[in-house]
Amino acid sequence: MQYLGDKGVVIWRAVASIAWSVLLLPVTATVFVLLSRFSPFHPIQWISDCTSLLAASSTIFSLVVLCGVVLITGFFNLEFYTLVPSIPCSRMALLGTVLHPRQCVHSLVYCTMGMLVMWCASVTIGGRYSTLGTPCRQSQSGEVVTCLNEYHLFILLAGAFMGYSHSFLGVVQNMYYVSFQPIQQYKYPRFKGCLPMVVKCSVIQALYSARNFAAFYFFFGYAPKTWISSTLNLQIDSSLQPLDSLTGFLDFSLLYHLSISGTFLYLTWYLTVLLFRIYVTEAYSFPVQSTFTEDAEQCLPKVLAEKNTLVMKFLALQDLALLSQHSLSRRLEVFSLSQPGGHAHNWNAISRECLSLLSELTQRLVAHQDAIASNGRVKSQSASSDTRSASSSCSGKESYLVSGTEDIAETPRLSVPLRTPGSVFKSSVGDVDSPFSSPAIRRLVGQQDPQSPCFGTVQSPHIMRRGPKLWSASTGLSHLVAASFSEDQFGVVQTTLPNILSCLVVLLEAVDRHFKLPHASSKPVRTICSMGDSTYKTLRFALRAALKTAIYKITTTFGEHLNAVNISTEHRKRLQQFLEFKD
Amino acid sequence: MFPSPVPIYTDGSDAEDHVSSAFVIRHRKKRNIHHQTQLSLAANAIILAGVVCVWLQPCDLPSPQFTRDTLKGHSRPESSSRSAFLDQRDTLWMRSAGAWRDAGLHGLLDEITNSAEEVPRFLAVGSACVLALLRWASSFHGSLFPHLTLSSDEMVAEFSQMLDWSDSALRSFAWHPHTDKFAVALLDDSIRIYKSNSSATPTLKHRCQRSVCALQWKPLCGSALAVACQSCLLIWHVDPTSLSTRYCSNTSVSLSLSLSLSLSVSPITSIAWSPTGSLLVSASPVDTAMMVWDVAAESAVPLQRVGGGGVTYLSWSPDGSRLLAATPSALFRVWETRMWTCERWPCLKGSCQSACWSPDGGCLLLSMQGERVIYALTFSDLTGGSKAASVVADLSETSFPGPDGDLTVGGEVCSLSWDPRGERLAVLLKGDSQAVNHPSVIAVFKTRSSPVFELLPCGFVMGEAGAEPRFMQFHPHFQHGALLTVCWSDGRISHVPFYFSSAGLLGGDSPQQALASNTADHSSNKLYTEQIS
Repeated sequence: MQYLGDKGVVIWRAVASIAWSVLLLPVTATVFVLLSRFSPFHPIQWISDCTSLLAASSTIFSLVVLCGVVLITGFFNLEFYTLVPSIPCSRMALLGTVLHPRQCVHSLVYCTMGMLVMWCASVTIGGRYSTLGTPCRQSQSGEVVTCLNEYHLFILLAGAFMGYSHSFLGVVQNMYYVSFQPIQQYKYPRFKGCLPMVVKCSVIQALYSARNFAAFYFFFGYAPKTWISSTLNLQIDSSLQPLDSLTGFLDFSLLYHLSISGTFLYLTWYLTVLLFRIYVTEAYSFPVQSTFTEDAEQCLPKVLAEKNTLVMKFLALQDLALLSQHSLSRRLEVFSLSQPGGHAHNWNAISRECLSLLSELTQRLVAHQDAIASNGRVKSQSASSDTRSASSSCSGKESYLVSGTEDIAETPRLSVPLRTPGSVFKSSVGDVDSPFSSPAIRRLVGQQDPQSPCFGTVQSPHIMRRGPKLWSASTGLSHLVAASFSEDQFGVVQTTLPNILSCLVVLLEAVDRHFKLPHASSKPVRTICSMGDSTYKTLRFALRAALKTAIYKITTTFGEHLNAVNISTEHRKRLQQFLEFKD
Repeated sequence: MFPSPVPIYTDGSDAEDHVSSAFVIRHRKKRNIHHQTQLSLAANAIILAGVVCVWLQPCDLPSPQFTRDTLKGHSRPESSSRSAFLDQRDTLWMRSAGAWRDAGLHGLLDEITNSAEEVPRFLAVGSACVLALLRWASSFHGSLFPHLTLSSDEMVAEFSQMLDWSDSALRSFAWHPHTDKFAVALLDDSIRIYKSNSSATPTLKHRCQRSVCALQWKPLCGSALAVACQSCLLIWHVDPTSLSTRYCSNTSVSLSLSLSLSLSVSPITSIAWSPTGSLLVSASPVDTAMMVWDVAAESAVPLQRVGGGGVTYLSWSPDGSRLLAATPSALFRVWETRMWTCERWPCLKGSCQSACWSPDGGCLLLSMQGERVIYALTFSDLTGGSKAASVVADLSETSFPGPDGDLTVGGEVCSLSWDPRGERLAVLLKGDSQAVNHPSVIAVFKTRSSPVFELLPCGFVMGEAGAEPRFMQFHPHFQHGALLTVCWSDGRISHVPFYFSSAGLLGGDSPQQALASNTADHSSNKLYTEQIS
């Protein structure tokens, strides 16, 4: 594949996911048609009706419209997806996000798409739902005029309502947050595994929306009805029961059709999101090194240092984690030396990049703690600082955490925000307030620990060399060759080992201190069923666990040889705890 | 001294015939089983002199004993204890809510049907109909998978690795993978943690911690312990430096109990941490999906495969590359953990009862329910591994002249355990409680994996009179050889050491003096076994 720049991979993946969503559309549409015409007492007629309906031109046209909707949804997925969850820390900030112009456009488009899908649904269901105007007889004169079909209007408005609520919940639940799975799966099994969850979510969401919309229409339904009827010059049929009344809602057929149309609507959107997530987070194998200089840009060390497209960096980190766990040959490539010259460019670049990420996080944590500490002091002096508006500090905070790994345009605001403890407590709405929200870091730590298996492979001959008493001459030349061979490689790793260890320990200390802050160790509430990914809420716990596991991995692999590593005394003390499994 | 056992080598054809009868071969293609040693007890009567009863305590490892009398189980559900109190009629709403909370939809429908005089007639009739329908459906489902008709406790007892689980004072046992401490789950649903050189035994209790079926410590971590309970999965953090001896969730939730992962399905009968400690897999016999937890992030990925009716037993290979998942029916799966795809291994007879991996993850030993043989599967990244399981040992009944008359040994293979160096294999053989002199014993074999896989009989481990082994596990990092920890039916936990120097390290004769005891000696002598090179 011609190298299309960093975004190329992502765009191709998005296109593939959209294509699959379009291909799935006839299937979901068929299921919808079958359900909408469901009549258990006339099964043969039901099947034949559905078959003829599926071949009808109106259905084909509906499908074309739906394809357009899916394409737009896919485009929005690509445009709005994020790897760093945005976590508004107060209701004001949330409101700000919802009223952001970009979000307004999003809501508007989704309202329109919702109406379009519901129009398709109402046409497909047919019967009393199919058109906006119906012929009716006026009660006084008896002549036939065109009346407003309230059922059609009801369904269309429900579509707009569901579109808006989808857009709104997308912000609240971080629908566009793409997280990487703890395990790797092929795309098809993963899709199959997620499908029941998606169907369940869309059913539940549709029922909630139907309930909310019914309440909404009960109170405010009069306004759009009169407006439409006066604008389009349609009469209101007074012989029919109006829908915004209690008796109007007892129409079970209407509620049934509303729920299954809503389910169809949400399912279409959710499937697109799901496919997009699956495709984007699929593992991508970067070459560790390349023989041609023009391909050098795509190599793992280069992509790791990538600043512009975050997703490539994430994919590279994921790839690094995978190769360190599963691929011996690629590990060896990492540890190999350059020819000619004998420099360990690969390893140096990779370790440098990882260490810089880790130390960046450490600095951020320390700065955060300092800010908290100083704010505490400020507060003790004057309680009035508490009145600092939460929203201003929050916006700063948000940019602060969004900039976790990327250098985006907002970095000018990066200056560590002054935060009052009060605002920190208020912010428990979206319990955050820490740079933990960058999953890259977690990936990174996940990568650091598998690094040590490579240490293991390199280390084992070394251990043998250390214990010459185990060596009688009989153990053979092969071991010696292996040891001398890997000795070079080990030298490569050993130079950076003190750095890695001290970096990990410092970070762990910072993390531990962070957990001593109020509410940092509190657990988030678990959501039952939502399409949004809530894993970001527990990232800080995951980070701490991964960090500890990484250190344990290194300490158990190296054992007491760590004493020979040149690190400072307090770090050694801390590592000793790990060696004794006292942590 | 007992004479060194002579392994019986058979040619491959014998073993292969066995295989094809027991297994549906995956690709309908026979593979040449590379030179395989099949061992049978009957042919090895010569080792009878090696019947050794061991009762000794190495080092300073605690070996507690628990009796049923001192532990009061409170495994009964809360609702059943209500009958002991005065009958106070709650309102229908209260009772319904209680039934819903205790027993879910089934309980609610039952409650409504039972109080027919208080509810409208159509409701009572409707719930009775739904209940009948549910029962019919579940009985239909149960006819496909008979284990689904069991109650939750019966299911735990059926699929627990602890034999005779419901009757035992010990419910589960787990060594810590890196330090000298172990956790024991007891009949009263508490968990105690014992450390060497320490008299403090922390006790873990939690409201949800009922019917503990499995325990496992997190690898590469000093403190985390996963507990598979009837209704949830608990992760405890037992602070290694803390002096507190009692952890109750009510007092210090954040400190000791890190989280409980509630599941919709119950009970959980098996859990397995990945060797890197990053993932935890849990399985239940009523759920065809096993859950792969990222524990710290509290997120789970269900891995579902249709068929089998559930997952009863999980075992992760020591190198982390594969995971065995046994089902209640005659089928097991081996997952590879890179892309999480699985191989299906249907077997003709019973379900997979127990299994253990060789330390390098290349060989899997299995025992099937009701069978008296051990099967072996080999895995290899290069060749793809074996296409059929081969029988490596036949453990049918054989009689040996023991210290007190003839002793019959052999029977169904209930449990397998392989020591972390891959040099000793312990096999728990079920006895016949009706017959005299046919107790359950643990047969210990020496194993070698290179150049060919070999099993050499080593000896038997038997308990005191009346005590039968229920569970066994090797110490994960015993310095001087292997250390087998056995839970006995009388509630005792004992440690059986095997002192040897590793063949892989030296490759020569052991400098240790070989010393074997061939009598039932209850004094504290040590069992040295010979180094066979």
